[in-house]
Amino acid sequence: MPALFCRVDETDRQPIRLFVDGKEIEALEGDTLLVAVLSNADRLRKNEFDNKPRAGFCLMGACQDCWIWTEDGRELRACSTQAEDGMRIMTGEVPWLLNR
Amino acid sequence: MKTYLREPARADVIVVGGGLMGAATAFFLRTHGLSVILLERDLVGQAASGTNFGNVRRQGRYLPQLPLSNRSRDIWGRLPELIGEDAEFLPNGHIRVTTRPEDGERLEQYARDCKPYGLDLTIMTGDQARKMFPMVGPDITTVSYSPHDGHANPRLAAPAFGRAARRAGALVVERCEVTAISKDASDFVVEAANGGRYIAPMLQISGGAWGRWMAKSFGEDVPMAPQAPQMGVTEPLPYRIAPVIGSASGVTEEVVYLRQVKRGNIIFGGGRRGTADLVTKRARLDPMNTLRQMPCLARLVPAVSQLRVIRTWSGVEGYVEDSLPVMGASPTVSGLFYAFGFCGHGFQLGPAVGATMAELIATGSTDIPLDPFRMSRFTQDAATGPAATATRQT
Amino acid sequence: MAAEPVIIVGAGPAGTRAAQRLVSAGLHPVVVDENDRQGGQIYRRQPPGFHRSHKKLYGTEAGRARSLHDDFDALLPSIGYIPGTTVWGVSDEGLLTMRGSEVTILPFSAIIIASGATDRIMPLPGWTTPGVYSLGASQIALKAQACTIGRRPVFMGTGPLLYLVAWQYLQAGVKPAAVLDTSSLATRLRGLRGMAVRPRAVTNGLRYMAALARAGVPLRSGITPCRIEGQEAGVTAVIWQDAKGTLHRTACDSAGMGYGLRSETQLADLLKCEFIYDTRFSQWRPKTDPDGRSSRADVYLAGDGVILRGADAAEAAGKLAACALLQDRKIPVPGEEILGLRETLNTMTSFADGLAKAFPWPARLAAALPDDTVVCRCENVTAGDIRHAATAYDSPEINRAKALARPGMGRCQGRMCGLAATEILAAARGEPVASAGRIRTAAPLKPLPLDCKVTS
Repeated sequence: MPALFCRVDETDRQPIRLFVDGKEIEALEGDTLLVAVLSNADRLRKNEFDNKPRAGFCLMGACQDCWIWTEDGRELRACSTQAEDGMRIMTGEVPWLLNR
Repeated sequence: MKTYLREPARADVIVVGGGLMGAATAFFLRTHGLSVILLERDLVGQAASGTNFGNVRRQGRYLPQLPLSNRSRDIWGRLPELIGEDAEFLPNGHIRVTTRPEDGERLEQYARDCKPYGLDLTIMTGDQARKMFPMVGPDITTVSYSPHDGHANPRLAAPAFGRAARRAGALVVERCEVTAISKDASDFVVEAANGGRYIAPMLQISGGAWGRWMAKSFGEDVPMAPQAPQMGVTEPLPYRIAPVIGSASGVTEEVVYLRQVKRGNIIFGGGRRGTADLVTKRARLDPMNTLRQMPCLARLVPAVSQLRVIRTWSGVEGYVEDSLPVMGASPTVSGLFYAFGFCGHGFQLGPAVGATMAELIATGSTDIPLDPFRMSRFTQDAATGPAATATRQT
Repeated sequence: MAAEPVIIVGAGPAGTRAAQRLVSAGLHPVVVDENDRQGGQIYRRQPPGFHRSHKKLYGTEAGRARSLHDDFDALLPSIGYIPGTTVWGVSDEGLLTMRGSEVTILPFSAIIIASGATDRIMPLPGWTTPGVYSLGASQIALKAQACTIGRRPVFMGTGPLLYLVAWQYLQAGVKPAAVLDTSSLATRLRGLRGMAVRPRAVTNGLRYMAALARAGVPLRSGITPCRIEGQEAGVTAVIWQDAKGTLHRTACDSAGMGYGLRSETQLADLLKCEFIYDTRFSQWRPKTDPDGRSSRADVYLAGDGVILRGADAAEAAGKLAACALLQDRKIPVPGEEILGLRETLNTMTSFADGLAKAFPWPARLAAALPDDTVVCRCENVTAGDIRHAATAYDSPEINRAKALARPGMGRCQGRMCGLAATEILAAARGEPVASAGRIRTAAPLKPLPLDCKVTS
C-alpha cells in the first residue's frame, strides 16, 4: 500500500510498531495516529455512505473525518491522538459489538 | 414567501398551524373536496412535528386512543400512494423492555387489555427476546413486542404532507404569523402579521403547544404547558437494530428509547424533559440530560456505549394536564375544530388525526371515538371527565 | 468579586495574551485548550522529541512564536491550564468539557472565547479523495509532524496562506506542482491599499511568491478549479481553467486547498450570543463591541474566532478583551492601554479588509458546482441534494435544507461545508446569502462518547 505522507525531517526519533488491518507498520514516537498510518498507507477509514476511503482533511480536530477504530472497539480521532506502540487499527470494518 | 393580500383569501376551511396535524388535515380536507388554507407561522413541520423522536408506536398508548392509532398505522403504510413518499417509515416493530418484575406485570396486563382493540402484542422473557433481538441487554427481563409498529423520519413527514396538500390544491402559506382570529355571524376571520386576511366558515386550530393561546380567543382554555424533549443522535454504524427499543420503566429518568435509521445513526430520547418557552419559541436541550440518558441507553442496548453522540436537539411540545390531546369540535363555537396538545405522543397519530379531523369537518361525524379528547372535558364537565392517564411515550 | 474563575477557551495568540493580562491584574484564569500543547494553530508547538528550531518552524515569526510560548510557560504557576480538553456543551452548572471519555463541568464567572479559525472550504469534485487536505492541514503536517501531504502537491484556493504554505513546502524540499489562486492579479491589486498599513506583511508575501517563481513553481491567478482527479485512494491531477477559459491539467500526488479562514463560532452560538452577518468576510459572526464584549454580559470574544484579522491582531484582541473584562469588574485599566490596543486593532482591521478584498471568497464557484459534487463530506450530501431542498422543497434557509437533505448534519456539524452549502442554497434560489441563514449549533460541539463519565 503506498504511503500518502512523506517525512521530511525529524526522522531520528524512536521507532514504534503499530498494526493496520493486521499488518505491522513502523512509525515514530511523537507521531499522531494519523501520521503514523498515512506515512505507511493511503487511507484511514471508509465513509459510511459511499464506502470510499478517506484520509482526514483538516488535521486540527475540526472536520471529524479521521475517526478510526481500534480492533478492540475504541474510536479515536487520528489527527489528535498520539500514536502508541502496539496500537491495532482497523480502516475497513467497524468492530462494533453488533457487527460481530 | 410573503403574501400581501389586498383582497382576503377565502376557503371552506382555514387550518391554523402547519405541524403534522395541520398539514395532514389540510391534505385530507382536499380529498373530501373542500377548499383549504393552511397557515404556518414558520415552516411546515418545523416545531414539535419535526423534532420529535419519530416513533410510530401503538403499544403502550391510552387504550381508548387505539382506534385512532390503528387508523394512523394503516395510513403510515400507505403514505407512498397517498402523498408520494414514505417519510422513511420502517414498520420493523417496536419493543418495550424492562428489568423490573412490576413493570413486566404492567406489560403483560397491557397486552391483555389492548387485544380487544385489535393490537396483538407478544410478551417475551429476556432470554426469548435476545434470541430474536440479540442487541437487547442482559439485564432485560420482560419484553413486549409489537411487530407492526416502527419508526419514521419526523423531519420529512409534515413537510411531505404540506407539499401533498399544496399539490392537491390547498393554499399553504408559510412564515405567516396569525395575529388575530375572530368570528363574525358566519365566518372566521384570520389576520396575519404579513398583512394577509383569511376568511372561512370553518376553522381548525392545530397550533401544537401554542394551541392554547389560539383556543383562548374563543374563551376555551386548556390546562397545558410547553416542555422540551431531549433528543440526540449517534454517528452512523452499520444498520443492525431493526425495532424501536423503549424502556417500560416506571421511573421517569429510566424511560429512554432508541431507534436506528437505515443510514445507520441511532436516534434516542427520553428521561427528564427540559423547559420550553412559547414566546421565544426556544426549547432547551440540557446537555446534563444527555449525560443522564447514556447509562440508561446502554442498559437497553449495551453496544451503544461504544458510539459517540454527534448532535442533540429539542422542540416545543404542548403537554395537557391529563396527558391527552384536545381533538374534535368546539363545544361552544360552531365551525371551530381543535387538534392540538398531543403531549409528546402525536407523531404516530398525525396522519389519522388529519384523516379523522377532515372527515369530521367535511361530513360532521366520524367513527373514530374522540370523546376522551373533547375540549369540553375542561370547559364544561371537568368534574365528570374520565380520569385518564396516558402511558408516556416510549 | 465572583467566586468562579474566568475561563479562557483556546491557548493560541488571543487566549494566551488574554490570560497574561488577567494574571497581571491579579486574576487566576483557567485556560482550556483542545490541543495538547499551547500555541494555537499558527504557533503550534511540535511534540516532545522534535528538535527543529523556532526559526525553522516559524520563519519570520520566530520571535513572536518564542515570546508567545515563553510568556505562556511563565504564566503556568498563576493559571489553571487544562490542555487536550474539548469544550462540548454549556449547562446551568458551567462549561462541559471532555478529555477522552472523561467529562468535567467547569463553573465560570465569565468566559473569553479565543477559539480561532479553520480553513474556509469551497468543495469541488474529487475533494474527498485521500491526499486532498486543507491548507491549514498541509501546514500542520509540516510544522507539528515534519511531514508533507505528498511529494508533489498542488496548492489551490486563495489567500496569503496559499503562498506561505507553498513556500514552507519548498523550504522543506518538496516542490509544489503549482500554486493556483482564484483571485486575479487585478483583484489583488485592489486590496493592496488596505494592506499597505502593514508593509512588512506585504513584503513577506511578495518574498514567498518570488522564491516560488524562482524555483520554477507555476503561480497562476484568476483560475477556476474544476476537479481533482484520482484513483480510489490517491490524487493524480488537478484540473483547472485559466482566466481565458482554457482547461489545464496539473499532475500531482496531493492537494492543499483553502479560501481564507472561517471563524470557529460554535461555542458562542451555544452560549446564545447574538450573531451578525459580516459582509467583509461573507460570514456570520458573534456580535461584539470594539473591545470584544459579546451580547452576553459574561462572554467576551477575541482573535480569529470572532473577526479574521490574523495572529498579530489576535494577540492584541486577546489583551483587549481581558482589559474589557477587567473594566467591567471595576478593576482599573490604564486608558492609554485600551486606546493603544484599539489603535493596533484598527491597523489590523484595515489590513484584514485589504486582504479580504485582495483574496475574495469566490462565492460564484458554489453556483457552478456540478450537481454530483459532494459538499457535506460527513453525510455525503451533494450540491444537487442541496439545490433540490432549496427549490423543489422550497427551503428558504440552510437549517431547513439541513432538516430535509442533511448537509451539516454529520460529525462536524457543518464546519467544513456550512458556508459553501449556504452559498449553494442562496444561489439556487437567487437570493442573497445573508438571507439563507447559518447552520445552528448543537451540543456536543465535537462527538461525545456514550460511555463518558462525569468527574469533578
